[in-house]
Amino acid sequence: MRRGWFLPITTALGFGFLYGPILSLVIFSFNENRLVTVWSGFSLKWYGELFRDPQMLSAAWLSLQIAAVSATIALVLGTLCAVALVRFKKFRGRTALAGMSSAPLVMPDVITGLSLLLLFVAMESLLGWPRGRGSLTITIAHATFCLAYVCVVVQSRLVDLDLSLEEAAMDLGATPVRVFFDITLPIIAPALISGWLLAFTLSLDDLVIASFVSGPGSSTLPMVIFSKIRLGVSPDVNALATIIIGVVSLGVIAATLLQMRRPATKQGRG
Amino acid sequence: MSIHGPALHPGPVEPEKAASRREDAPPPPRPWTMIERGLAAVGLSGKALVIFAPALWLTLFFLVPLAVVLQISFSIKEFGRPPYSDMLSFAEDGTVQMTLHLSNYMRLFQDSLYVSAYFSSIRIALISTLIALLIGYPMAYAIARAPDRWRNILLMLVILPFWTSFLLRVYALSTFMRGNGVINNFLGLFGIPPIQMMQTDFAVYVGIVYTYLPFMILPLYTTLVKLDGALLEASADLGARPWRTFVSITLPLSMPGIIAGSMLVFIPAIGEFVIPSLLGGPGTLMIGRVLWDEFFANTNWPRAAAVAIAMLVVVVVPIMLMQRAQSAVVERR
Repeated sequence: MRRGWFLPITTALGFGFLYGPILSLVIFSFNENRLVTVWSGFSLKWYGELFRDPQMLSAAWLSLQIAAVSATIALVLGTLCAVALVRFKKFRGRTALAGMSSAPLVMPDVITGLSLLLLFVAMESLLGWPRGRGSLTITIAHATFCLAYVCVVVQSRLVDLDLSLEEAAMDLGATPVRVFFDITLPIIAPALISGWLLAFTLSLDDLVIASFVSGPGSSTLPMVIFSKIRLGVSPDVNALATIIIGVVSLGVIAATLLQMRRPATKQGRG
Repeated sequence: MSIHGPALHPGPVEPEKAASRREDAPPPPRPWTMIERGLAAVGLSGKALVIFAPALWLTLFFLVPLAVVLQISFSIKEFGRPPYSDMLSFAEDGTVQMTLHLSNYMRLFQDSLYVSAYFSSIRIALISTLIALLIGYPMAYAIARAPDRWRNILLMLVILPFWTSFLLRVYALSTFMRGNGVINNFLGLFGIPPIQMMQTDFAVYVGIVYTYLPFMILPLYTTLVKLDGALLEASADLGARPWRTFVSITLPLSMPGIIAGSMLVFIPAIGEFVIPSLLGGPGTLMIGRVLWDEFFANTNWPRAAAVAIAMLVVVVVPIMLMQRAQSAVVERR
């Protein structure tokens, strides 16, 4: 293949486009000036401001809790769903389950949020549950749409799985539940971890669905950030973004290094 | 092929073996036996539970809500809690009366706001997808052709923004394009007057491409990296110019990636709310934003429900049918 100038330059520009705004956000989080785009000197004061903001801190804590719980629910139900779809070829309602588990992926957030809110309101007036809206309803909503993502991730791993291992275990007299916990689960563990992380991130990131189904007094972090951004620039949001980007970068870099090392260790063993 | 499991179970045990086994401590109860006993106690097989649990959850929190939306789209706004009219009313003589209001749907067709919002959503999503494809394709191609040690790093750089907050990235872009933002400050160094970028449709295009570019690059990369280099060499040996090779070999073979990537950008873009509301101007009509305003600003829940149902019929169902047709084609291969 001819090595021209076109590809390297487009790629460099593309990455510049992806990272330019993020870098400027990080740089200006250390800016002393209130104007986010005028540099006047190095300062950590916005970080101090961020950690003294009770609204921001409680919203962050609420978001982390909701993300952890809803990702765990989504992991359990999504894995069951994937097992049902991949392993049980024929059962009544299989098409319906397949449709219901993939439809949330293409559903716009506004529809998901509105429909769940209307459901919760109707349930409250019919059954008296859930009483009001808040972290519980947000958790249910997040678990529902994250379930679909977990299901896709686990499904693709299950499809590739070598069936002979499970068959061997069955032949040796293991019951299906034991086979699942002893054989299947350890093999699909990487998919479960990435599914959970994906669900956790999606929940932590969601603004639209949470805005519909939350109630007074339960604002998640994206909701607080959104209202701050709408009012104009706020340098403490820059500080928060820098922290999040730092944590995520460390995680992604660690995961990439692990992935790059794994094939090497395999070769070493073989 | 499987050998029958039960045949391998220990049959009647010989006396001396049984004696030696008795000396062993009884095995501690394992979690799976406890799970199995628990399931059997409530009369459920494992298989039924595996299917039942997610099916019940999805029915309750995905299917039923859509039915509720459909129902409420036929009511009208009323003051009270909840702020919509009842569909069923009980008359004094014991009869039940069902009232379906079609006014919300009539309004969708009569008020040009809604129709043009649907069209402009589709237009904005299509144009942004096309731009993302034009930027993402060369990037994916370059990553696929990069030397091994570079490839993982470049891929990581593509994936990394996806894990950071979507909202914060839109915010980053808005500070970048602001009137006194980085771009305009940079242009100012050359004496170029500031350009109004924020609160325009242009900013919305940039925003969608910016946030969803990784979704375009990844599937393109997966198809391009599998591309057989021998085909390209053969084409070159037969005298085809690079451009010709690209059009007649690379492009058709990477079609699955193009389709997958385009869908991954187009689908979230069309119902987008955050990007038009933070980057777009008051004139940027997108249907997700219209629904949001109908609900939050006008508190007209039935109208919002009708907008959602129309969105489902016009946008979501065609996308699902397309995806199904596409996966059917893939499975047939």
